[in-house]
Amino acid sequence: MRPLGKILLLLMGLCIHSALMATDNWPTPPATVQPAPVQISGPLTGGTADHTKFEVLKKPFASGPEVTKACLSCHTETGKHFMKNIHWTWEWRNPDTGQMLGKKHLINNFCTNARGNEGMCAQCHAGYGWKDENFDFKDETNIDCLVCHDTTGTYYKTPNSAGSPACSVMFEGKPAIDLSLVAQSVDLPQRANCGACHFNGGGGDNVKHGDLSSALKNPPRQLDVHMGIDGLNFACTACHVTKQHVWAGSRYRMDAKDHKGAGKPGQRRDVATCESCHGLKPHPVDSLAAFKRNDHISSVACQTCHIPEFARGGVATMTDWDWRTAGRTRNGEGYHEHGYTQGNGEHRYTYKSIKGTFVYAENLVPLYRWFNGQMNYTTIDTKFDVTKPVAVNDFNGSRDDGHSRIWPFKQMRTWLPADIGNGTLVYAHLWGEDSDSYWGNYDMGKAIAHGMKEFGLPYSGQYGFVETLSYWPITHMVAPKEDSLSCESCHAKDGRLQGVEGLYLPGRDSNQWVDLIGVLAVLGTLIGIISHALIRLFSSRGAQH
Amino acid sequence: MAIRRVKIFTLFERFWHWSQMLLIVLLMITGFGIHGFHHLLDFEIAVTLHTLAAFALLLLWAFSIFWLFTTRHWRHFIPTVKGMWGVLRFYILGIFKGEHHPYRKAFWRKHNPLQALTYLMLKIVLFPLIWGSGLIYLFYFVWRDLPHATLWLDGVALVHTGAAFTILMFVMIHVYMLTTGHSFKSHVMPMINGFDEVDLTPEEEAYLQNDEPENIR
Repeated sequence: MRPLGKILLLLMGLCIHSALMATDNWPTPPATVQPAPVQISGPLTGGTADHTKFEVLKKPFASGPEVTKACLSCHTETGKHFMKNIHWTWEWRNPDTGQMLGKKHLINNFCTNARGNEGMCAQCHAGYGWKDENFDFKDETNIDCLVCHDTTGTYYKTPNSAGSPACSVMFEGKPAIDLSLVAQSVDLPQRANCGACHFNGGGGDNVKHGDLSSALKNPPRQLDVHMGIDGLNFACTACHVTKQHVWAGSRYRMDAKDHKGAGKPGQRRDVATCESCHGLKPHPVDSLAAFKRNDHISSVACQTCHIPEFARGGVATMTDWDWRTAGRTRNGEGYHEHGYTQGNGEHRYTYKSIKGTFVYAENLVPLYRWFNGQMNYTTIDTKFDVTKPVAVNDFNGSRDDGHSRIWPFKQMRTWLPADIGNGTLVYAHLWGEDSDSYWGNYDMGKAIAHGMKEFGLPYSGQYGFVETLSYWPITHMVAPKEDSLSCESCHAKDGRLQGVEGLYLPGRDSNQWVDLIGVLAVLGTLIGIISHALIRLFSSRGAQH
Repeated sequence: MAIRRVKIFTLFERFWHWSQMLLIVLLMITGFGIHGFHHLLDFEIAVTLHTLAAFALLLLWAFSIFWLFTTRHWRHFIPTVKGMWGVLRFYILGIFKGEHHPYRKAFWRKHNPLQALTYLMLKIVLFPLIWGSGLIYLFYFVWRDLPHATLWLDGVALVHTGAAFTILMFVMIHVYMLTTGHSFKSHVMPMINGFDEVDLTPEEEAYLQNDEPENIR
């Protein structure tokens, strides 16, 4: 019986193992689980009202703003609150640098500028109808409540202006939205709500951030330990805590090193830092190594070890973009080329006439640098040397400033249109119904002249392309602890922190002279011993002693 | 004067010696692993073992220092030049001619002058250097926010590594020395059973035979 029992146990073990293997199909995300389990949104999860029971929502709505009016009839203060947040204002002045930031002003090295292209870009504005400078930011009914609160998945947005006929065809023929159903189905934002825009930054799935992709809609725990549907199933707002429709955790102003930690119960949920939940000693001290890991907190961001790679889960991110090749046509028409098949089997364009050439990659090892949380942007009025690569957003940090830690970044490299004469970036007029818009007419010179003139900006008339870099702190796709980096990922020659300065890293660093002299001295000792022994061996009477 | 086999290494001394040997070997292997000279161990395991072994060795030293001073055995390590030249000459020259080692152990001088000086230097220079730098290194988390902490850490690591190389050289020579003289075994056995040949004065011999017969053969 005993050997039989052992065999049975072994078989059972195998069965359990293969069952685990079957669910463990990373990096391919699992098929959508129905019904979707409730995502954890923080203390408000569950709510106090059933929106299907509100009379004001049980009617047909002709437009989004009508729904908003109904929402505001109960949520009387929400409009005022909402108008303060960056999803509405699209601008934010950094009090530390004085720089005016936000999509309303910035140029990124993806689709360049939203400014002047709102007809297209403001699909991701949490409002209705922003297509030009005439948009009324004071009208509460322009707020789009549904884009964030819809849970049916049937709500969508289209460009606020027609654009070139060549482009607008893409948005035709979509099914009508049952606004009454959507209005009655509202709940706290789910990952798919935030993801509709944030997963698609830069013009496509995971193009911009690298750590924010559609794979996070229903991620397995291995992809994201917090959002995993077979794990904690957090919604975005579980960490990006919200107070009166203002969210914690903006990339524009980061806490690179949280000195406060979790705070007492009920306190301190004003940031999206890891420490705000996990505290300042996150590793349970059950070993010397755990104690040492807690030491690392002061120099190493949690993300550095706990996000071993980004662009995981089968969705690639873009690493290089070349606008110099944009504008090629076939038979007078724009075209695109497939050239990359990503982990989940989907094809990605590697060339588009409207944008140029792209390079995609997945499962990327981040770039690691000291980071103090403050980004400095090359804005439309920043002058720079066009012959050298320019950082669209640059950052600082050092071991000694008290605010920095070693952070992981995605680096994006783009050849971006620029004003070569004045040495500035440009606002390009990409989207429009006129003959100057680049998307449809493919004349970059005209598009830039139009874009700069529209906002009264100086333009030398001489455009060209500059090599630009941008840096995206990696903070999502936190792997389960068993997948985090091991010590020797960094504590080794040619390890991950190879280029990081300002620290002595055992295993990576050593004093070359001490090593050289030490090794020579040890070898010298050995040679001395061997010589001594040989002389003893061969000297006349020494052999006996 | 009579050469007798006398217990010159007490049980504690032998325990001290061999546990110290094991800990130093462990520290050498893990330490040079952490330094990046080999990858036989995971960094995490190497650091853990290195730290635990270091703490164990410090504890051992605490006991041994206490023992040395309470038993007066520290007197064995008082440096002397008397007979030093003879010992040096033996290792440089005499050993090749088949001469006998010039030194005879005395009851209160169980090390030859060269040994005594070497062990003293080990005890008051090299070991304090390695555990001092090691402790400062280990407690980096306490002083990491002082100005120029990383530069200081550079220096601490330099001292620690330098001392480690020197100790390795000591170990190599120490082991080689066992092969000189009568035989390897005759050098090792005293550290195992405690007995070695000692030149006793008649008074010492009489005392040991009367009062500590178990310590003399």
